Amino acid sequence: MKKRNAILTLAAAALLAGLLALGSRYLGGYAMRILNLSAIYVVLALSLNLLNGFTGLFSLGSSGFMAVGAYVSALLTMSPEVKEMNFFLEPLAPALAGLRLPFIPALAAAGLCAALAGLVIALPVLRLRDDYLAIATLGFSEIIRVLITNAQSLTNGAQGLKNIPKSATTWTVWGTAALAVAFMALLTRSSYGRMLKAVRDDEVAAEAMGVNVFRVKVASFTISSFMAGVGGALLGHMITTIDPKMFTFMLTFNILLIVVLGGNGSITGSVIASIAVTVLMEAMRFLDGPLNLGLVKTEGLPGLRMVVFSAMLMAVVIFRQRGLMGDRELTWDALADSGLLPRRRKGGAA
Amino acid sequence: MKLETKSITMRFGGLTAVSGLDMAIEPGEIVGLIGPNGAGKTTAFNMITGVYAPTEGRVLLDGRDITGWSPHRITEAGIARTFQNIRLFGTMSALENVLVGCALRERPTFVGSTLRLPGYRRRERESRAFALELLGQTGLAALADEGATGLPYGVQRRLEIARALATRPSMLLLDEPAAGMNPQESLELMDFIRKVRDEFSLTILLIEHHMQVVMGVCERMYVLDYGLTIAQGEPEAIKRDQKVIEAYLGVE
Repeated sequence: MKKRNAILTLAAAALLAGLLALGSRYLGGYAMRILNLSAIYVVLALSLNLLNGFTGLFSLGSSGFMAVGAYVSALLTMSPEVKEMNFFLEPLAPALAGLRLPFIPALAAAGLCAALAGLVIALPVLRLRDDYLAIATLGFSEIIRVLITNAQSLTNGAQGLKNIPKSATTWTVWGTAALAVAFMALLTRSSYGRMLKAVRDDEVAAEAMGVNVFRVKVASFTISSFMAGVGGALLGHMITTIDPKMFTFMLTFNILLIVVLGGNGSITGSVIASIAVTVLMEAMRFLDGPLNLGLVKTEGLPGLRMVVFSAMLMAVVIFRQRGLMGDRELTWDALADSGLLPRRRKGGAA
Repeated sequence: MKLETKSITMRFGGLTAVSGLDMAIEPGEIVGLIGPNGAGKTTAFNMITGVYAPTEGRVLLDGRDITGWSPHRITEAGIARTFQNIRLFGTMSALENVLVGCALRERPTFVGSTLRLPGYRRRERESRAFALELLGQTGLAALADEGATGLPYGVQRRLEIARALATRPSMLLLDEPAAGMNPQESLELMDFIRKVRDEFSLTILLIEHHMQVVMGVCERMYVLDYGLTIAQGEPEAIKRDQKVIEAYLGVE
């Protein structure tokens, strides 16, 4: 069984790679951009799900850590000329002006800096719980944004950064997404992952079982910040411009929505919801334009897309309160049990 | 292990929940802590296990001062507990619940467990074997893969004990292990507690309301009333103690 699952996973990864190769050849830039964006959302949703879904920490700080990652990676990869062009109001701090790293090391540095920010914030805020934790993380992510806006000689302030190298290709974003999925699957099914879930299910009992609850929470928060930083960096390298206004609460809200929709504590749920939400949001763009429904004609109602999307969201939440997947996973074994995979057993298929 | 409390006191604002509790529990004993509702029994447990830091007094484990330690350190030092209102990990199976207890001695690291390094794999195999063995010894082997919250009440209590044993304690604190059990189950529980003590060479301190269980299984007991220790001694002496009869067993 284990061997079969491993083979199936590899086959699925190969299939995905094949489809992406075909897609980037025939689908055109716009469609691929949407697909790549959904891969970035996979990383971000998993980052938040690690906290909300697997450790039971209600955090709303994603956008702050994304901002840290995006700025670090952008500043590390831009050429000195582009930097000079960007920083026309006030020159960039000399230490950073000449520094340049290749894309992948810069991505890792982005994650590490976000993780460091996460660690620093975790130490005070993780003494709080539930709604208080949510408010504190939200506050800290806003503080990060304000700091970025005002650190003119480091971040170029409100003007933001332009002409960031467009390094977030289909392969890098989907590769990162695949790594994130693999990492989460391995972590949550390990002994360490069980400690996270124990903290989520019952902190008092976990502590009484010898789990160092605070340390486990800090670890989870730091790892999640790392992933958010990488996701934010990828986003910057895809859009090629970043500014502080990009990283408001709305961004965190989108990610939270994906996590809740997919199911708190479900990796496959987050993946499915990331792709579905990103694609649907684009697919429904026609709703904002002029509509001809036979009897009803509109000249274009900007915002109708969000109305329809919100209605769909409500429907999901009403009919599946715990999201599409709940806290279950779509695994090969589950597929086999439901008869969707052919079984090889003596006496024919079951 | 020898557990001593040196006049531990717990005050919540103006309320003194436990006042100057002195206990000395010798290795291998089964000792009861009884008293009417609100007498401060669970508060005493919480002070010993680190959930509360005592307002005054000290808790000594084999002479070592563990007062004010955090609960996970106290568990590591060898005191495991169960809860009055069952606190199992709701989304996990019976086996996984016990495995969380095993993690204390397994000490999984983040990197080791995510990358499935050889050392982690070996220790995880050992933990799994130990957890299954514990489930077998507590009569839960057939239920290993069942969801913990779906199990019958009495079984959940035994699972909590199995989970506590997984931390490899030398002392076990049971908070009302017989709560909600019928007489037959209570009798079985008494045998079970003795068996566990002998097999795992434990010292046991238990809170219990069920008099048959307390008198049947405990070798010694302490009686609390309104936070004060009103009596201590062997079951027969406690039964005859005038103060205990008034406070607890009812005046005849």
